[in-house]
Amino acid sequence: MDWTTGAQILVEALVYEGVDTIFGYPGGAVLHIYDELWRARDCITHYLVRHEQGAVHMAEGYARSTGRVGVVLVTSGPGATNAVTGIANAYLDSTPLVVITGQVPKHLIGTDAFQEVDTVGITRPCVKHNYLVRDARDLAGVVREAFHLARSGRPGPVVIDIPKDVTAARANHSRLDHVGFPFSTKRPALDQKAVERALAAIMSAQRPVVYAGGGIANSGADQPLRLFAEALRLPVAPTLMGLGGFPSSHPLCLGMLGMHGTYAANMAVAECDLLIALGVRFDDRVTGKLATFAPHARVIHVDIDPANIGKNVAPSLALAADVKQALQEFISLVQQHGEEQLRQSIDSRESWWNRIRGWQRSQPLRFSGSPSQIKPQSVIQELHRLTKGNAIITTDVGQHQMWVAQFYPFTKTRQLITSGGLGTMGFGLPAAIGAQLACRDQLVVAVVGDGGFQMTNQELATAVQYELPVKIVIMNNGYLGMVRQWQEMFYDRTYSEVDISVAPDFVKLAEAYGAAGFRAAKPDELHHALAAALNHKGVAVIDVAVSKEENVFPIVPAGANARDMIVQ
Amino acid sequence: MRHTLSIIVADQPGELSRIVGLFSARGFNIQTISVGETLDPRWSRVTIVTRGDDRTIQQIVKQCERLARVREVQDVTTRPHIEREMALITVAADAGTARQEVLSLVSGFRAKVVDISHTHLIVEASGNKEKVDTFIELLRPIGITDITRTGHIAINRLAAGDIVSEEEDEDEYLLRQGR
Repeated sequence: MDWTTGAQILVEALVYEGVDTIFGYPGGAVLHIYDELWRARDCITHYLVRHEQGAVHMAEGYARSTGRVGVVLVTSGPGATNAVTGIANAYLDSTPLVVITGQVPKHLIGTDAFQEVDTVGITRPCVKHNYLVRDARDLAGVVREAFHLARSGRPGPVVIDIPKDVTAARANHSRLDHVGFPFSTKRPALDQKAVERALAAIMSAQRPVVYAGGGIANSGADQPLRLFAEALRLPVAPTLMGLGGFPSSHPLCLGMLGMHGTYAANMAVAECDLLIALGVRFDDRVTGKLATFAPHARVIHVDIDPANIGKNVAPSLALAADVKQALQEFISLVQQHGEEQLRQSIDSRESWWNRIRGWQRSQPLRFSGSPSQIKPQSVIQELHRLTKGNAIITTDVGQHQMWVAQFYPFTKTRQLITSGGLGTMGFGLPAAIGAQLACRDQLVVAVVGDGGFQMTNQELATAVQYELPVKIVIMNNGYLGMVRQWQEMFYDRTYSEVDISVAPDFVKLAEAYGAAGFRAAKPDELHHALAAALNHKGVAVIDVAVSKEENVFPIVPAGANARDMIVQ
Repeated sequence: MRHTLSIIVADQPGELSRIVGLFSARGFNIQTISVGETLDPRWSRVTIVTRGDDRTIQQIVKQCERLARVREVQDVTTRPHIEREMALITVAADAGTARQEVLSLVSGFRAKVVDISHTHLIVEASGNKEKVDTFIELLRPIGITDITRTGHIAINRLAAGDIVSEEEDEDEYLLRQGR
């Protein structure tokens, strides 16, 4: 009889799931697992990070650039708590992850043992599901179900907490018959009647807008969305998470919706008579004040997560379904219409498009240039030119993130990897490393602020160690820029604790890590410095000194609506 | 409006706290909660009495349904159902008129005396919320020193749900009498 250890079962189960990449950081509780991983290094490559938060963000970058499940391995106690920010981030942005955490041996659980923390309790509110595995015989089944849960329906993180003795215990068989097996298939079926009614409403709408979110990328619905919008000439306003789900350069695209969205997108939603919400959750950064959001509109809401439907906005028509499947149904129904009918439907919206074009002309995204200072928006435009619009861009959170969203026209899904829901500073660099690892032949650029960069810059060592040639553009204004902007606009310019101008020399810091450092301080240096950094073979950091008190416009103040938008 | 939700969840460690945690994290209200085994011991039934408008209740149901180990969530309130709660009440009642008063209430409410001392009685009452509430209110002036209530359990009526039990008649009768 072949007796194997829990650690062996775990690693074999991971290999069985097709895992070839793990981001992690060892510690006492996971020693058996690391021992086994060493033996399995031909099948699974482990990437040693410098902080557990970095491991989770890397796994997110890996998952979001490919659609595969990202895998993380950390130890108990502080290993697990350091990972929590990343887990919460993945939960809010619907990113499929399996995070394996070590735990103290079973007999020490509950004794406040060294490096003990109630990982299952701490992570419970920010995971799709989590496990405390008490028996090595359950490991294979748990891993199988964890991967299924992470990637099915609305994707998200799953945590597997494994006591050290379980990884050492020997088992001669695995059981797959615990409750939950076979997997519950709660996948909602498409309601054909609702699809027909939705399409009828869309065909007859005079002022429709498509509000497209992260669900487009997660379900791979970008092509169907494009076909559908083109067939009926529907205006499309993507969310931050939806950027790239519909090409920003497309004539039907109104630009991003929401707090820092375009004037045209926000006005179109404010004036529309039908809001077609696809793969979205009516986040407050999109809706502002709910009571006056899209006040004239009937709402059609398509989302894979039934709990998203009616959570913030009660739709008049709901489809709890995969958005790709729903769009394909819409398209096949559209194709059954005669050319004359389609023409009529499209023509009836001519005056709507005229109004939209008017908004676009009157209030385009704009900024004023400067001969002496580098404008942050121009950095993004230059980056777009130099990368020909093809780079994978990751960001931190704040002003630079919004400028990326506004001034880098994304044309493909999975091209922008940003922390949308949780708003995690420090996400950009590790996410870029994970994306670079998954997409070796692509240019991956992390656009970060000087604040966020300093939260995770230790991962430069990881990038250098594994020769993952990410480029990091630091939009350096010496401030926590977005907070400063709010203090300027809403707190009488009281700049309370936002000055971070005491910072390391980022060029020297890069060099200290073994990466290349570049600097641009004046407008005429930007092009060359950026080009040199992007052309550098290895990891490159470019420190761009941008104008210090630039604001992101337009802005819809929190709790307000499109009509309260401040455009300049 | 008050709703009674019946949640069938795997009988595994931590599953109850997932449900309770969901309620507190999303700001839903729990008035009573009770948990017990179902016919199949691998599954527990959690009965939660909560309050909210239709949209809130719908959200609660959907959020609970997202939990991986929740098999089924039912709003029992939407169909004819029977609800019961049990209370154990310690009443200060020595051998005088107070004790007589308690005993007459006990018989009127089909409650039971389950423990007796020189100075106190423990009585057990069960029924729907209104009945138990009323019983407690009537005992209060006599002198309640402790109460423990189970929280509600509920079950939907059979298809021929217009046949009511003797006790249900009794409860409704008492309420009509304004007792």
